[in-house]
Amino acid sequence: MRYLPLTEADRADMLARIGAPSVDVLFVDVPETARLAGPVEGLPGHADELAVERHMTRLAARNVNAGSVPFFLGAGAYRHHIPASVDHLIQRGEYLTAYTPYQPEIAQGTLQMLFEFQTQVARLFGCDVANASMYDGSTACWEAIAMAARITKRKKALLSSGLHPHYVSTVQTMARFTGDAIAYTVPELAAEPDTAALIGRIDADMSCVVVQYPDILGRIGDLSALADAVHAAGALLVAVVTEPVALGAIRSPGAMGADIVVGEGQSLGVGLQFGGPYLGLFATRDKYVRQMPGRLVGETLDAAGRRGFVLTLSTREQHIRREKATSNICTNSGLCALAFSIHMTLLGEKGLRALAAENHRLACRTADRLAKVPGVKLVNTAFFNEFALEIAGDARAVVRALAAKDVLAGVSLGRLYPDHSELAGGLLVAVTETVSEEDIEALAAGLEEALA
Amino acid sequence: MSINPSGWRPSLGANDMVQDVTGTVTGNRGLLLEEPLLFELGTAETCGVDLPVPDMAATNRLGGLERDDALALPGLSEPETVRHYTRLSRQNYAIDLGIFPLGSCTMKHNPRLNEKVARLPGFADLHPLQPITTVQGALGVMAELGEWLLRLTNMAGVAMSPKAGAHGELCGILCIRAALEARGDAREVILVPESAHGTNPATAAFANYRVESIPGTPDGRVDFEALKARLGPDVAAVMITNPNTCGLFERDMKAISDAVHAAGAFVYCDGANFNAIVGKVRPGDLGVDAMHINLHKTFSTPHGGGGPGSGPVVLSEALAPFAPLPFVVQTADGYHLVEEEGAAEAGGEQAFGRMSAFHGQMGMFTRALAYILSHGADGLKQVAEDAVLSANYMLRSLDDVLDAPFGASGPCMHEALFSDKGFADGLSTIDVAKALIDEGFHPMTMYFPLVVHGAMLVEPTECESKATLDQFIGALRNIAERARAGDSALAQTPTLAPRRRLDETLAARKPRLVWQG
Repeated sequence: MRYLPLTEADRADMLARIGAPSVDVLFVDVPETARLAGPVEGLPGHADELAVERHMTRLAARNVNAGSVPFFLGAGAYRHHIPASVDHLIQRGEYLTAYTPYQPEIAQGTLQMLFEFQTQVARLFGCDVANASMYDGSTACWEAIAMAARITKRKKALLSSGLHPHYVSTVQTMARFTGDAIAYTVPELAAEPDTAALIGRIDADMSCVVVQYPDILGRIGDLSALADAVHAAGALLVAVVTEPVALGAIRSPGAMGADIVVGEGQSLGVGLQFGGPYLGLFATRDKYVRQMPGRLVGETLDAAGRRGFVLTLSTREQHIRREKATSNICTNSGLCALAFSIHMTLLGEKGLRALAAENHRLACRTADRLAKVPGVKLVNTAFFNEFALEIAGDARAVVRALAAKDVLAGVSLGRLYPDHSELAGGLLVAVTETVSEEDIEALAAGLEEALA
Repeated sequence: MSINPSGWRPSLGANDMVQDVTGTVTGNRGLLLEEPLLFELGTAETCGVDLPVPDMAATNRLGGLERDDALALPGLSEPETVRHYTRLSRQNYAIDLGIFPLGSCTMKHNPRLNEKVARLPGFADLHPLQPITTVQGALGVMAELGEWLLRLTNMAGVAMSPKAGAHGELCGILCIRAALEARGDAREVILVPESAHGTNPATAAFANYRVESIPGTPDGRVDFEALKARLGPDVAAVMITNPNTCGLFERDMKAISDAVHAAGAFVYCDGANFNAIVGKVRPGDLGVDAMHINLHKTFSTPHGGGGPGSGPVVLSEALAPFAPLPFVVQTADGYHLVEEEGAAEAGGEQAFGRMSAFHGQMGMFTRALAYILSHGADGLKQVAEDAVLSANYMLRSLDDVLDAPFGASGPCMHEALFSDKGFADGLSTIDVAKALIDEGFHPMTMYFPLVVHGAMLVEPTECESKATLDQFIGALRNIAERARAGDSALAQTPTLAPRRRLDETLAARKPRLVWQG
């Protein structure tokens, strides 16, 4: 087997030193009834590299990859161009095959990179501090709610109707088992987010209000008034960003008063990957840092007075506090954080603003073109690179019909909200820099045909 | 270039002498390269990507929320970016450089074939919400990997979505809670052995259970009598790690499972150490109800400097109906992904909601499947045997110079546990670990499990040649002998790494978590 260095002679020598007649003797503590005589039955034997590659390539060929067709899907996962150097760098063995940096003297590469990442995320979100990343946006969203409960000593969260339904589901799953109360209603196909209605529902028992920006329908609303109302009730404002590229064009949630800003960082560097692994972003105010979940890297000095970096404040974490930890999470998304950080470094402020502007320009072009299609209505007044359409028909069926013609038209609200027929005409269309004029025409023509 | 460019000195503390220990103009020494922070290199006007010049005035529908402040995110050109991250990378130890014998972590070789197949556009460039007809191959990977996991563990159901080991623990415990709720049985206690990973009690607490600790026996195993005595109508589950964190197989596992089931509770197994038994022993045959499998340990997906991981959970007949959404089913017209609707028709009427957005760590599924297919059932059995053989070779090659607290009770499994007993005063486990760094090795796991004083947990994995094992053993023998003899130079190690010991107390007392400029 190509991954196993020991030879039969090695094995015999090693058994001799151990003083064991056979390797099976080393498994003596396993009850005999549970010891298998041979390999597990009903499973194939080993395969060479060529055979495995052929098998996997055939499976991959049964998918329609996004880059091969006109493509407009978003809804929490966005297809952006990733510069070639990003993937080259994250495949360096020193990053790829390193472990969590528990031995800082020989992990400064990972530690300094994460320190830079934390700084980038904090600045992007308009916050004081950020952690070294979490699993993904949805789990970061739940962790933010749990953190708000710890800070306010209250166990009731109000979710905006504009929060991604998978995030809502993740939160509801956890809350069902922890006993937290979650208030949520599904969105309406309205031009503006429901900020006023949300403010009207705030009460004195709430730990936090969770709002997505831009929201699931791509709508953008000012968070300042909401933040004031939330703070007046003694609660925290949690903002969720699923498209960080937007923050190259619009104000950061932190600058508008959000206390905790979480999000999905997949847009930069990570890619689509059929939904994972992704990158949870988590940032907050200085004063809450000791209530923050997840790993943190801090600056310090070594014994020779040189600057260096270490994992810090780990007394919050499970390996120290065990059942009293701020979270059970024991990892981050280190390699995805690296990809994000490299992509962000290549862009810099100038590049991020230009990328955001190009996304917005193309989205406006697409929205205007599609609004001309009979039976199509643009829902949003404001948006960044994703908007909702209301079409005269079942959007799920339309998406399937266009997929059969090799156009991936977007995400139907019927798929996200299957129990809500009033949203069946809703279609989310995301437009990034990867979309061409021909793609826009293909989508418009496809919709025209499907709705004729 | 200065080695401490920010010139930061702690206001408290004895060390206010910032010294340049290199003696070179640049701070570099040959191929040991210092690297400033990105924020000390980049500028707001530098960009490593070609993009059109923005014309926001032409089309602006941002609702009056245009960003009106600076982001303060510096950029670098492409060559500067490649150099910055390449130079930084050289300050990292990694599996590609040598043995990484971290107990409980299973740092095995990361095959590059896995990386290659994960990057096939048909997997990497796939949106999770594409129509099902366009992702049949991706669902096929999930189904095929799930089937392997079920057969290797002899379990009934699998939840693929958990994103890491601890997330898998949470999923398994939530399945247990859901199963108890379904039968109207409110139980509030989870029993956890004192040798468990910290994630176990943290997970149980996060799922709103009260955690009670179960003591161990002098031979490093769960005290079965104490466990039996504690079982009762308030106990929901027992979380057991098997092989356990002392590197030993829980001999009483089947009897423990039987007793737990008789008391109406469930057995959760922490699968962190599955590498020791993969392809040789099936947890389902031992009465386990739920077990997470760390794809980044047993199945070689890269650790990536701390994630992303992947932690699918296998479930017994009793728990399988409660697995969370989404899940893959095979129908007459291909694979189907059961999401928010149609769960009942697909046999998931008792499924609880999502553990996270989308469907799980697809990028890790492709890598793990490529690894599993490469080994096959016979190769995986060989993996377990070689991992256990290598660990016992470590144990018996070192137990004359290092105290092996459970060495007398028989063979270990995939990792060898030593203590600091016999070290001279003033020297401890950390000094041995740091001395290994100067020898060019990554240290073993230190101070875990907590049940052994000054624990050193060595897990060689199956991926090391005998020559490498012998080299590591030689280095550790030498250091152990120096520790017993009281060689105070050990306390100054490492001296040859990019950094000497870092002041963690200072970092925690005065946290500097972002660059202040």
